[in-house]
Amino acid sequence: MWNSFRTDDHLGISAEITTYQAGNGDETHAYVVRPHTDAPAPGIVLVHHMPGWDEFTQELAERLGRHGYLVICPDLYCRYGHGAPDDVAAKVRADGGVHDDSVVADAEAAAQWLRQDPRCNGKVGIIGPCSGGRHALLVASRVGGFDAVVDLWGGNVIMADDQLSPARPVAPIDYTADLDAPLLGIFGNDDQSPTPAQVDQHQAELERLGKTFEFHRYDGAGHGFFYYHTPMYRQEQAMDAWEKVFAFFEEHLKS
Amino acid sequence: MCTMIAMSAAVTGMGKGADGWFRVNQATVGYDHATHSGTEHALLLDFTNYELGVDARVALELDLASGRALMAQLQSAIEAAEASERVA
Repeated sequence: MWNSFRTDDHLGISAEITTYQAGNGDETHAYVVRPHTDAPAPGIVLVHHMPGWDEFTQELAERLGRHGYLVICPDLYCRYGHGAPDDVAAKVRADGGVHDDSVVADAEAAAQWLRQDPRCNGKVGIIGPCSGGRHALLVASRVGGFDAVVDLWGGNVIMADDQLSPARPVAPIDYTADLDAPLLGIFGNDDQSPTPAQVDQHQAELERLGKTFEFHRYDGAGHGFFYYHTPMYRQEQAMDAWEKVFAFFEEHLKS
Repeated sequence: MCTMIAMSAAVTGMGKGADGWFRVNQATVGYDHATHSGTEHALLLDFTNYELGVDARVALELDLASGRALMAQLQSAIEAAEASERVA
């Protein structure tokens, strides 16, 4: 839980940009946060959102790290060049978006990187906001072997045929049968993508296939309500949802 | 939400970025997450030359009303320019 540490706890993190062998064997950047824990820590793959591998993402990684998780956040846009995050994201946008297959390969490699780290307890979760939420679900469904997956308001889990593109050829909901990890979904009821009706549809498919999941939906919140750097931030809903995230990871990665 | 709305056109011209003037060869118009305008979404106009790097970019984030106003004045200016060329 947030702000529940003891003041005499041995706390601390180290965080840095490093490189790892991502999909296709490419050496790409990742932001890695290591908690200073005595025992091996659970691992989390953090999937950044469409606006890029940015400062919010790094701070999100640090927050998870401070709660005792070894976090790796791959730069999914690394192959597009380097500059300010919004400049890189603009190039990705102009190119039609990063390919789902590329994200899946990079995240799978990140999970393997965690499992091979001697400071990891062998359990690995995956989380992402916005497009990262969609990608987290997609990765967990296509790769398998994750111990927990958290989808923060990922849109386009359900896609009409005319929304499919070369970069996103299959809707994640079509992989639901393959999902083998418990899923936590966090959604704002004012969101336009996913809409509450789409969340209903996703929930129905998970129920139909007997999947383990919990969805939490918040009134008075729309898309991106964790984003404290934007007007979309909703303090009350965000803090409650963060408690849900921490409890979920605690249950599935630390027990 | 991520709209993934983005469309590009080849353009010829110059743009002034953080490091001065450079030749632009692509314009991309999108409507997606804003990074600086303080709104969830914005009309995103990028004038770029990716042969020079990802930061060879002149960027605008506008609301839709501004985009429509800009489009109307751009159209008017082009028509006036073409008319003046005919007179000349």
